[in-house]
Amino acid sequence: MIPTPATNVRVVTFKIDDRDFSAREDETIIQVAWENGIRIPSLCYLEGLSVWGACRLCVVEIVGSPRLVSSCSTRVAEGMEIRTDTEPLQAYRRMILELLFSERNHVCSVCVSNGHCELQNLAQQCGMDHVRIPYRNAAYQVDSSHDLFRVDHNRCVLCTRCVRVCDEIEGAHTWDSMGRGIHTQVITDLNRPWGESDSCTGCGKCVQVCPTGALVQQGTSVGEMHKDRQFLPYLSRMRDAQ
Amino acid sequence: MSETKKITVATTWLDGCSGCHMSLLDIDERLIELAQRVDIVYSPLVDGKHLPETVDVGIIEGSVSNEEDLAKAQDFRRHCKFLISLGDCAVNGNVPAMRNLFQLDAVYDRAYSENVQHNPVRPDDGVPALLDVVKPVHAVVPVDLHVPGCPPSADTIWFVLSQLLDGCVPNPNEVTRFGA
Amino acid sequence: MHIDELNELAEQIRTEQGSCQHCVRVCMAASCQSSGADDLMKRLEDAAPEGDQVQVKSVGCMGLCSAGPLVEVRSQGDDRPTMYQHVESQDAEEIMGSLGGSVIKRLECPTSIPFFQRQQKIVLENSGVIDPENIEDYIAADGYAALVTALTESNPTEVLHEVNLSGLRGRGGGGYPTGLKWSTVAKMPATQKYVICNADEGDPGAFMDRAVLESDPHRVLEGMALAAYAVGANRGYIYVRAEYPLAIERLKKSIRQATRKGLLGANICDTPFNFDIEVRLGAGAFVCGEETALMQSVEGERGQPRPRPPYPAELGLWGFPTLINNVETYANIAPIIRHGGDWFASLGTERSKGTKVFALAGRIHNTGLIEVPMGIPLREIVEEIGGGVPDGRRFKAVQTGGPSGGCLPEQQMDLPVDYDSLREVGSIMGSGGMIVMDETSSMVDVARYFMEFCMTESCGKCVPCRVGTYQMHDLLTKIAAGKGTSADLALLEELCEVVQMTSLCGLGQTAPNPVVSTLQYFRHEYENKLIRDEFTDSIHETEEMEAVS
Repeated sequence: MIPTPATNVRVVTFKIDDRDFSAREDETIIQVAWENGIRIPSLCYLEGLSVWGACRLCVVEIVGSPRLVSSCSTRVAEGMEIRTDTEPLQAYRRMILELLFSERNHVCSVCVSNGHCELQNLAQQCGMDHVRIPYRNAAYQVDSSHDLFRVDHNRCVLCTRCVRVCDEIEGAHTWDSMGRGIHTQVITDLNRPWGESDSCTGCGKCVQVCPTGALVQQGTSVGEMHKDRQFLPYLSRMRDAQ
Repeated sequence: MSETKKITVATTWLDGCSGCHMSLLDIDERLIELAQRVDIVYSPLVDGKHLPETVDVGIIEGSVSNEEDLAKAQDFRRHCKFLISLGDCAVNGNVPAMRNLFQLDAVYDRAYSENVQHNPVRPDDGVPALLDVVKPVHAVVPVDLHVPGCPPSADTIWFVLSQLLDGCVPNPNEVTRFGA
Repeated sequence: MHIDELNELAEQIRTEQGSCQHCVRVCMAASCQSSGADDLMKRLEDAAPEGDQVQVKSVGCMGLCSAGPLVEVRSQGDDRPTMYQHVESQDAEEIMGSLGGSVIKRLECPTSIPFFQRQQKIVLENSGVIDPENIEDYIAADGYAALVTALTESNPTEVLHEVNLSGLRGRGGGGYPTGLKWSTVAKMPATQKYVICNADEGDPGAFMDRAVLESDPHRVLEGMALAAYAVGANRGYIYVRAEYPLAIERLKKSIRQATRKGLLGANICDTPFNFDIEVRLGAGAFVCGEETALMQSVEGERGQPRPRPPYPAELGLWGFPTLINNVETYANIAPIIRHGGDWFASLGTERSKGTKVFALAGRIHNTGLIEVPMGIPLREIVEEIGGGVPDGRRFKAVQTGGPSGGCLPEQQMDLPVDYDSLREVGSIMGSGGMIVMDETSSMVDVARYFMEFCMTESCGKCVPCRVGTYQMHDLLTKIAAGKGTSADLALLEELCEVVQMTSLCGLGQTAPNPVVSTLQYFRHEYENKLIRDEFTDSIHETEEMEAVS
């Protein structure tokens, strides 16, 4: 028998962008990268929520593997060589951002989240300065029926952070997705107006985790919507401690 | 007169608010330095009425919303060696493109019937016809450089122009973004 | 039940059935049913003489769907059965009258043609022969012998060993080695494990799984039970699309019959092995054929895939290790256990063992279901077995692998059909759909059709697939309408790469394949449709010049 270590989680060593790192084998690539200042872009990943793996911005190359993997859903492994910022990856990320901008109506200049938007920042960070893909120009609803909050589907990227925080942290499960493909949309309750929702507790966590100007506080004007996510790491720390 | 030939620049505004041109004027005293190095040969800001056969740099503000915009963008592409989309309207359609969410007829009705008290009539003469869909400039002609911002700040514009004058192609992403 | 008892039962059934002089088999699979086999069956039963001289039997798919309804007559002492095609219900009396006499030339379907002669049947060995709704028919054809023998005489490791030895690869499309998948699940330490049969056949033009389920459902149950025994599972699910009502009905009936005979349920064959199977219906989403989305759907969640790894073998249904295989994969298991892994490995090619069922559709003479050994040249399937392109038109391309596959032109027709060869030339084996196209098909339209399919079937979870398929479809529509430019084509190609490389699941990763393969072999068809653009064309021409120099 091979002697087994005292704990059952091992520490592994690996490379990210030619730098050596070590981490617990149950950590994901994005966790280790972010901890060490390597900003792999992502929209749907948010520490404290379950992994969704849908925005595909965080895909990275693993040397020796023909497939790209999403760094939010892939654990580090012994001897792994990860590349997070190669030219093909940069091109793919720009194209994914172009697809997102073409999908709905992200008019930054008149958005309440202007200047505090993750999508806007990612476009700048990834060097996406214009969208070559034709815009869809599909009109979406704005639901202002809630006293405190507003949802503007024109600015939604379907990251489902709202769905996950409402289900996993608040426990209300007011949000969910409806439809499929390009017709997918987030909904409150069974697609009733937010203001008429029986399950919504009005906690506003969804608004705070939303990366764009899709979920905002009522009464905010252009650029006034600042989001505060401090509660999330705090709550997950307290939960883990229990 | 300086002995080296000045770089020629043409500017125009299509469907926009002219804010980007105002931002260009906002570079203040740097205008003097600019004037020493470039000739603005065609622009809403100068007297020249005709776009010369060949221009070194063309700068377009605004989106392509009507037939005249389209013709101007094409004209600029034909005559300018290097074409810049300046500001969000030119780069991504921005506010003018928000009418794309409605049918063109509804847009006309809103502008010329619903909000008009006396003699509502849709103009069919003397004004260029609107295009079905408002587009960014690069959707109708190839563009060499995109400078987002609403409007791009004076510093951004100066950064872009001075880099170009120094012979480099600038990366506007370092200083500006959509909606900046 | 012990194997001796099963053999005795089989012998008894065979004797009973052998007592009748003539057996008239009527195909009652979905295709023949839809062309009137139901009525025909009733008329034949009414016209049959009293007594047990003549047996009229409802059977599964005989393969040549385009000639349906099909009837086969077997008489004692005559080893060559007669097959009748396009039989209408008013022909019933004439068929009954001809028994023991001469063949009705007007209706005769020649069985000497390559369509019947070139096939090699393992999965479909009982298809069109036994009554799918009667477990005794299956038992008489050595059914459940593999399960009973394995349970009473071998241990799970020995079953695994045979499957490993056979070299069988997943028939759902991916071609992953079945034995390896089973071993992984078997090795997982867990108190609960599941076995799932993926019967959510969704490729346009594919009907292999439907035919197997409608024609020989017990074979699939037996394969699943053997799998459960090998990996240590005690519960199975068959996820079948609700659009297959006949398959569902027959599956449910078969599960009841097998449970009553003690071949499913608790303490099967008086061993400690328990195995129950439940049928779950898909609600019409193609993406639920993807294994992680399928499991979500079985759990009652929204059918959306999740990133892999972890694979279902590690983290499957309700978090437990789960084995997922396709219908045809399970249908191969009983013969492998019965005849040994070596026997199976002797069929097919070096890296693709056994046979494969294909559904022939499109511009081809013999539309229907065939089973051929792996490695058979594409040309033999299309021209000989399929009878070539009808109406004197010229062959243009054959599409394999459905919306995830590609279109292969004339110059690839001598390719051996196996997993690796197809992949090398830009297509895939897929689940077995084969659509033949003649010179009248526009390849841009074909690519657009498949892209429309992927666009409407995208679940909407990941960005590249959700928006990418929409935009690619938009560009293809523009090009097909003669309004696209060279810049549009370049953008389309770029989108293809991004969607292939970055999509979350197989649907998105393979959605561009029909575009990529038609561009590879029929690029001129795209280029012929492009219009000139004063501004962008010059740029592309310069770039091309630079690339050349």
